[in-house]
Amino acid sequence: MEALVAIAIGAMSASGIYLVLRLRTFPVVIGMTMMSYAINLFLVTTGRLAVNKPPILQGHGPADFSAYTDPLPQALTLTAIVISFGMTAVVVLLSLGAFIEGGDDYIDMPESDRREGGDTE
Amino acid sequence: MNHFIIAPVVLPAIIGGLIILWMRHDLLLQRVFSTVGSALLLGVALYLAFHANTGEVFVYRLGNWPAPFGIVLMLDRLAGLMLVLTAFLGLVVQLYGIGSGWDRKGWHFHALWQFQMMGVMGAFLTGDAFNLFVFFEVLLIASYGLMIHGGGALRLRAGVQYVVINLIGSTLFLAALGTLYAVTGTLNMADMAVKVAQMPASDTAILRAGAVLLMLVFAIKAALVPLHFWLPSTYANAPGPVAALFAIMSKVGVYAIIRFYTLVFPGDGAVESLISDMLLPAALITLVVGQVGVLGGRHMGRVAAMSAIASIGTLVIAVSMFTPASISAALYYTIHSTLTGAALFLIADMIAARRGGDLWLTLRPKIQNSGLIAALFFAAAIAAAGLPPMSGFIGKLLVLDATRLDPWWIGIWATILITSLFAIVGFGRAGSTLFWLPFQLQRIEQQAEAEGKPAPRAPIPPKLEPDEHIQDIGDAVSPALAFAATGALLAGLVLLTVFAGPALRMTDTIAEQLFSPHPYVESVLTNQEGARP
Repeated sequence: MEALVAIAIGAMSASGIYLVLRLRTFPVVIGMTMMSYAINLFLVTTGRLAVNKPPILQGHGPADFSAYTDPLPQALTLTAIVISFGMTAVVVLLSLGAFIEGGDDYIDMPESDRREGGDTE
Repeated sequence: MNHFIIAPVVLPAIIGGLIILWMRHDLLLQRVFSTVGSALLLGVALYLAFHANTGEVFVYRLGNWPAPFGIVLMLDRLAGLMLVLTAFLGLVVQLYGIGSGWDRKGWHFHALWQFQMMGVMGAFLTGDAFNLFVFFEVLLIASYGLMIHGGGALRLRAGVQYVVINLIGSTLFLAALGTLYAVTGTLNMADMAVKVAQMPASDTAILRAGAVLLMLVFAIKAALVPLHFWLPSTYANAPGPVAALFAIMSKVGVYAIIRFYTLVFPGDGAVESLISDMLLPAALITLVVGQVGVLGGRHMGRVAAMSAIASIGTLVIAVSMFTPASISAALYYTIHSTLTGAALFLIADMIAARRGGDLWLTLRPKIQNSGLIAALFFAAAIAAAGLPPMSGFIGKLLVLDATRLDPWWIGIWATILITSLFAIVGFGRAGSTLFWLPFQLQRIEQQAEAEGKPAPRAPIPPKLEPDEHIQDIGDAVSPALAFAATGALLAGLVLLTVFAGPALRMTDTIAEQLFSPHPYVESVLTNQEGARP
């Protein structure tokens, strides 16, 4: 179980980093999404890997932690999902704007940013 | 007093919301509300700083839940200082935004401005690591909107880069927080400090990884080499007042470094000197890269951006010592470099407005108000280069003094002093190109006129197009207000120089408080009367 989750996180992070380093905006957006998936999965595991256990302590007696999973990482993950979802929308809209205004979907700055009279492409 | 601690977060949130809901079509109302809101915010910040200056650590428990289970806001001397600095910068630069007409170049300038203030204020106040992440996101989302305010191909492209690098930063932040939570089981900073101190030395491997990951996040925010590549294009292409406000954003990264690595991971704890060993070389290289950039810049916006990077370098050199004297020097330099950086960007924007958005350092006709702008530029450049009599000189002196006992001191002193020369030459070149070379052109024109030929002068046409992405002097509602705002920043620098003694005594007490973290733990975790059981 641990190995499976670890491999999943690693594979998603690796493909995310590879895609983020691409030159065009579309792969970069996909890469960002992959990386945030990997991190969300990682956050869920930070409490403890526990399957089919409620995040609530049962009964009134002495706490039984074997039938319990930490609720805090789930709350953190939920926050992270909401934020990364919103951010993805922002970056999609922004890159669309940059594509429409600039005429291409490259990530790096055109030459006119570095040199006077440089090409805008 | 108690509920006032959350006012710096709630007040801009309410004003920003009101502006969006009720007055999105009425710029005048927006201006009035936003300015009054920012002025109130400055008042609240001063009030809080006054109370924090008694040395007590005030804690605000959200929803009255007991720490470490609920989120807490923490007001100490450092937070008080940063609140006042942010509120002052926010108000002054906003007035510049109104005076120069930038706020009608696109939609929702004032609303985004208020949300930006909310995020920065929250980041300075929070005492919870995950809440710090949330406030970072708030300030980043607002800054994305402000960054691309006015539009334009280059600005949007730079905006995409800015958003992507910050999204990667946020991802790293979450990874760091997850790691720290997995090891310590808490996200409250004071509680984390207790847990980290109790941890046996054999178990700290993952903790150290988490600490370094967290430092990387803050280094991206602060633009430390090699994580600085996003900054020059972003700052040079952002609207002038926005770039000036961003002067406080990189300081948020430095603030977080100071906060985390004095409270949670002190140098004598589990992480040892790992952080300062990494920060010092990075800061030295940052300083060199920044000042060489000032020397070699071909665009005034980039010169100002590179000078911002250099100031972060100087600042982090002082921070990386992690002694009370060096933190005190760093805080003094923080105030100085925030005001200087903002003033430089505003001056660059005033020049751009009079040259049709063109900031390349090449020969152009003489600009309007050339003399006055040149005087402002001269003052800001002297402050940025660290020449006497401005506060940059005192700040650099303090940094040099604080690094005196470091084994690397020769290298540190040589780097700071030699790169200062780069900055002097760089600013001298930029200033003479912008303000003196045009006189040469004027002479040629006068000669041509004397010989009866028509003058090849091209006057900048006045225009009033709110959708144009380049701000022009013809769009300025009140150039006098713009000058006054820039002058207010420089006046702040003069006050910082004249009252260097009291300012230093204040930063000394802040550093002293930071290096005795016991009261934090005490007030957050032990004295919890009134909290829900």
